Formats: sequence, structure tokens, C-alpha cells
Amino acid sequence: MSADTVVQLAHGGGGRLTRELIENEIVTRFGSGPLRGLPDGATLPSPGERLIFTADSFVVQPLEFPGGNIGHLAVHGTVNDLSVCGGEPKWLSLALIIEEGLPFSVLGRILDSVRAAADACGVTVATGDTKVVARGQGDGLYVNTAGIGLALPCFALGQERICEGDCVLINGTLADHGMAVMSARQNMDFINGPVSDTGSVHRLVAAVREFGAAVRFMRDPTRGGVAAVLNEIVEGREIGILLKERDLPLAPATRAVAEMLGIDPLHAASEGRLLLFCDREAAPEILKRWRTLSEGAGAVCLGAVTRDNGRVVMETVTGGRRLVDVPRGELLPRIC
Amino acid sequence: MNYIDAFRDPDVAVQFVRLIAEQGRALAAQGRRVHIMEVCGSHTMAIGRYGIRELLPENVELISGPGCPVCVTDPGYIDAAIALAGQGAILATFGDMIRVPGSESDLTRCRSAGGDVRVCYSPSAAVEIAQSHPDREVVFLAIGFETTIVPVVSIVDEALHAGVRNVSLLTAFKLVPPALHALLADKEIKIDAYLCPAHVSAVIGSQAYEPFAADYHVPCVVAGFEPLDILYGVHGILGQVLKNEARVDNQYARVVRPGGNPKAQARIAQYLEPADAVWRGIGVIPASGLGLRPAFAAYDAERKFGTPVRVGRQHAGCRCGDVIKGKLRPTACPLFAKVCTPDRPVGPCMVSAEGTCAAYFKYTLRDERQGGGK
Repeated sequence: MSADTVVQLAHGGGGRLTRELIENEIVTRFGSGPLRGLPDGATLPSPGERLIFTADSFVVQPLEFPGGNIGHLAVHGTVNDLSVCGGEPKWLSLALIIEEGLPFSVLGRILDSVRAAADACGVTVATGDTKVVARGQGDGLYVNTAGIGLALPCFALGQERICEGDCVLINGTLADHGMAVMSARQNMDFINGPVSDTGSVHRLVAAVREFGAAVRFMRDPTRGGVAAVLNEIVEGREIGILLKERDLPLAPATRAVAEMLGIDPLHAASEGRLLLFCDREAAPEILKRWRTLSEGAGAVCLGAVTRDNGRVVMETVTGGRRLVDVPRGELLPRIC
Repeated sequence: MNYIDAFRDPDVAVQFVRLIAEQGRALAAQGRRVHIMEVCGSHTMAIGRYGIRELLPENVELISGPGCPVCVTDPGYIDAAIALAGQGAILATFGDMIRVPGSESDLTRCRSAGGDVRVCYSPSAAVEIAQSHPDREVVFLAIGFETTIVPVVSIVDEALHAGVRNVSLLTAFKLVPPALHALLADKEIKIDAYLCPAHVSAVIGSQAYEPFAADYHVPCVVAGFEPLDILYGVHGILGQVLKNEARVDNQYARVVRPGGNPKAQARIAQYLEPADAVWRGIGVIPASGLGLRPAFAAYDAERKFGTPVRVGRQHAGCRCGDVIKGKLRPTACPLFAKVCTPDRPVGPCMVSAEGTCAAYFKYTLRDERQGGGK
């Protein structure tokens, strides 16, 4: 590969090449808004309301996987964090740490995805940064995004508001992102293999605005999967959650890979899913609204909040019951 | 055919549970309790994952056996691996091994301290690592039962064909039938029947269990790892027990043949020969392991580097040995869920995803975790 088709250390040196990198890769895609003229910081209009502010870093390997790439994740991850806090996402920062040797073709595809995802979410990339590190000091590309959103006044969200009888809703199948990345990482060349669900949940949140206080709490089940979120919510409380194994929404390819790798889909990450706790009365109407959206087409009620002592329990397909525990340590392969 | 759903059909499960309940009542009428040992760690996990223990009658008890290769790994083996990493070798291993406690340390800590420890999904990755690091020695932590032995020993086969010399195996292979003999010979352990492993049996064949039925009058049923397989297996065992019969039934005929897999057996015989093996908690069982034949000494890490595996030291309070033998239920161990958890395992039964204690911790409802033992 010739030198000018990959990022060189000098692209981070602050000289002509740095300028070229910014002009060619960043300004062409993001330069029309607050980034115009490349100020050191973005000047934003004050919305005069409460704001939500969040940050997230993205280090996924491989950078590109079935269903998306690190660019999609960097936008969706931060947009989703703002959304589940009851926010309307407005602005993002985009910081890139590029390893020397990353092909410009890959960087270009990823930044195109950032732009496309940001447009789809209605957010503006308002400020950013690029750094280049020497070969061997990074895994191709790390991305950090911070986000600002407006707090929607209609919600009164809080884990403590979840009570017995509430429903747990999800907008689609579980674990697709985790299994897509695992199969890409293990070089499993599947036909019709698992596809990441990377996507934004902001429209799903907007769709439930008018339910107000009937929406108790929202969270996106990323690292640790649904099991981690549910356990965190019931821990130390007089409530529990009951799931039914036969009702778990699982894509066939995701389920097959999870079986092969010995990974519980309840422990694997999603990147475009929303877990929503709501009053039982509101659940059918919320599901109906969600199902009119493409990202909510597979929405189901996953389980119910019970009176219990901090346990997440699943009724298995055989009719037995078992504890759904939090995942421990690394996701380890099974050996026999 | 959909191999997942066919063997998890809830309606069929309900029917099996009803049949097993009837058998339980018939046994109770005779005043009998039945102790079935599920030998294999994958059975233990599946029993937990599907809540099967809870579906069985009170007088039918499943005891978890020594069938998790990580659980029976002696601390001295980990010590030897850490010593090799200290000499600059790259350790390639299945993920379950990295948290198994050695006498002083484990591979996670070894890695944090600079040891080159790499987790592989496939044994063939060891040869690839060796090829991309021709100036380094790669040692694969070769543990496992009959099922795992064949792909692991293929590392030697692959390396020989590719002319790769910088890869070797630190072997601690174990064989299932000698351990089953040792358990039946131990008068302290009450075993009425064996639920025999699924995939080990695919290699060794269902005939391998004939001596247990003939010599010890212990019914043996080979069963698969799906929930219906397990319920069907228990039903089959109870049927024999009720009639006071003892024979080997192969209820996993879709995979297991009476004579096993001759190709796999030939591969084992080509590279390996019987050796005494140390089982954590059980001790040395003669001819219960396999080591590389002298002709392949160049691929045997112990011989190649002169680092023999010695018997290591276990945590004083650790009762993994009794758990593996089925003498102690995990919840009855004083360390269980208090000192010893999956985050900070004391004994190997808590380390491996297929370990008995990990399965109990992961799947047993917490109020039952508090409950006593046997």
C-alpha cells in the first residue's frame, strides 16, 4: 500500500498533512455548521432549558462488522445515552485517535457513516479533534463522542419509580450486536450470519413522550446485555423481574452463534435497543406506537416486575426456573 | 431440521416431567432415593440453565461429577504454565483456564505482570501464533477430556505438516472412564446411576460404560445436552432403577455410536499414550491421563523445557475435591458465595463456566443458595 493511501504519523504533526487530513476528511463532511472556519470551540445557541450532557468512547474490534462500523456506533451510542435520559439529542463532539497506517479508504467509510448516522438522528457534529499515534499504539481507530441534548420536561424518569406490576418492554431482538462482532472477530464466515442492531432509539423515546409519568425508566442494554441492566435495577430492592424464555426475541442467526460460542444472549450487547419500564396499563399502547416505526417493528413485552428480593428469574422452556445473573469477567469461550 | 427447538419443546418437557414424577412416586413407595451422577460439566450447566433440578421429584437427586476439565486441573499445572511464561514463552489457552488458581498466582495475574497469555477459541490458533512469531516459543495449555483431546493434539499434526517447531503442548489430558471407576471404588460416595457424557461418548462410544453396568450394577445412560435429552435420560435411568436393572442405554444415538469415533480414537493412539494423572481433589488415578508419545517429545513442553509439572498447593478451605466427587453440594461448602465467587474464585469449580460451583452460583435461585447441603 503506497504511503499516501494510509494515515501517516505526520498527519498528526500539526503541519501541512494535518491540515490536509482535516480539510479532506472532516471539513468536507462536517464543515457547514458550527465547525465552519474550524474554531477551537463550538459556539451554540442557548436553548434556555435543562440540558443533558454525556460522553462515550468506542474501541470496537474489528472497526467494521456486519451491520455497521465504529462510526455508526460512536453516533448511536451517545445519541442513545441522551435519549434514555429523556433527552432530545442536539450536538455531538467527535474526537478521533487514529493509528498510523489506517487506510484513508477505511477512515472515509467510517466518517461517511458518522455523517449519515448524525443526519438520521438530527444531531450536529459541532466540534472535534484528531490525533495520530504511532503504529502499534492503537487498534486502527478509537473514537470518542460527547453529546448534548435538551431534557424533555414530560418525563419523570428514575429507577426508584419502578414498582411491582410494571412491564419491561424492548424494541427488538437481543444480542445482535454482540454476536455480530464476536463472529466477525472469530472470522466465522457465515452466510446470513448475525447482523449488528446498531441504531438510534431517539424516535422510540419521542414516541412515548405523551405517556409522561407512566414511563418509569429507560436504559439501553449495551455492555453486559439485558441481564446486567435488569440486575442493576432490582439489586437491593424488594422487587424482582420475571422473564419467560419462550418469549425472548432472538434472531435465528444470533441465537445460533450464541449457542455455538456458549454465550447467553441475555449477557451480550445490543446497540440499538431500548429497555423501557412502564405502567402495565400503558404497555399495549406503547408497543402499538413503537411497532409503527422500523426500529420498533419487533417490539415486545420482555417480562414483568414482581414482588421479590432483588432477583431476576427466568421461567425456562422446560418449565423450570433459574436465576439470571450478571455476566462475569470476560466473555469466555467454552471448551467442551 | 431445527436442532435447537426440536430438543427444547416445552410441551414434550411437561410430559417427561409428569412421567418422571410418576417414577418418583413409585420409588418413594419402595422407600428409595436415587442418586444420579451427571458426569459431564456441560450437563451440569444445562441442568442449571433449564432449571431441571427443580423439576425432579424430591427423592431423585442429581450429583455433579468430575466432568469439567478445568475443575480437575491441579494447581501445580498452573504453576508450571506460569513458569514457562516467565521464561518468555507465549501461553495459548482456552479462556476458562486463565482464572484457575495455581499455588500462588493465576494466569490473569501472570498476564498483568507482563506474561504473554493469549486466549484462543480454536487450538489451531496456537500454530498460527507460532508461525507469526518464529523467534518465540508458543505453549498450548493442553487440557481436556476425550472430546477436546482430539482437536488439541491436532496441533502437533498441523505443526509437523507445516514444519513449525516453536509450538508445544503442556499436557494434562484426562480420561473419563478411569475416573468413573475410581468414584465407584470409593465406598463413601453413593452413586446409583451415571448420566454419561454426550460428546465424550461420541469419541469413546457407549460400549465404554459396559463395565460399570456389569461389575457395579450401575445403570448408565448416554444423553445429549439439550433439556429434553436430559429429561429423557433421567426417565431412562429411573426406569432401570425401578426394575433393578443395570445396563448401558444410548439415548443420544443421533450422535453417539456403540464403538465411538474410530478416526478420533486413531488420532489419539497415534500421538498419545496412557499416563497417570493428578485430579484435583481426587489425587493420582493410574492411567487416567494421556501424554505425548516419546517420538513427539519435541512437542512436549515438559520435556522440551525441562519443567516438570509438580503437585501444587490448594487453598486450605477449598472443598472442590469433595464437590467433584459428589460428596458435597456446592451450597454446603463454607466458602461458597461468601469467599469464593465467580469474580474471585478460590477453587476451579467456581472458575470454569462448566464448573459445578459456577453453575450453582449462576443458575440457582439465591434463597436456595443459602440452603444447606446433603
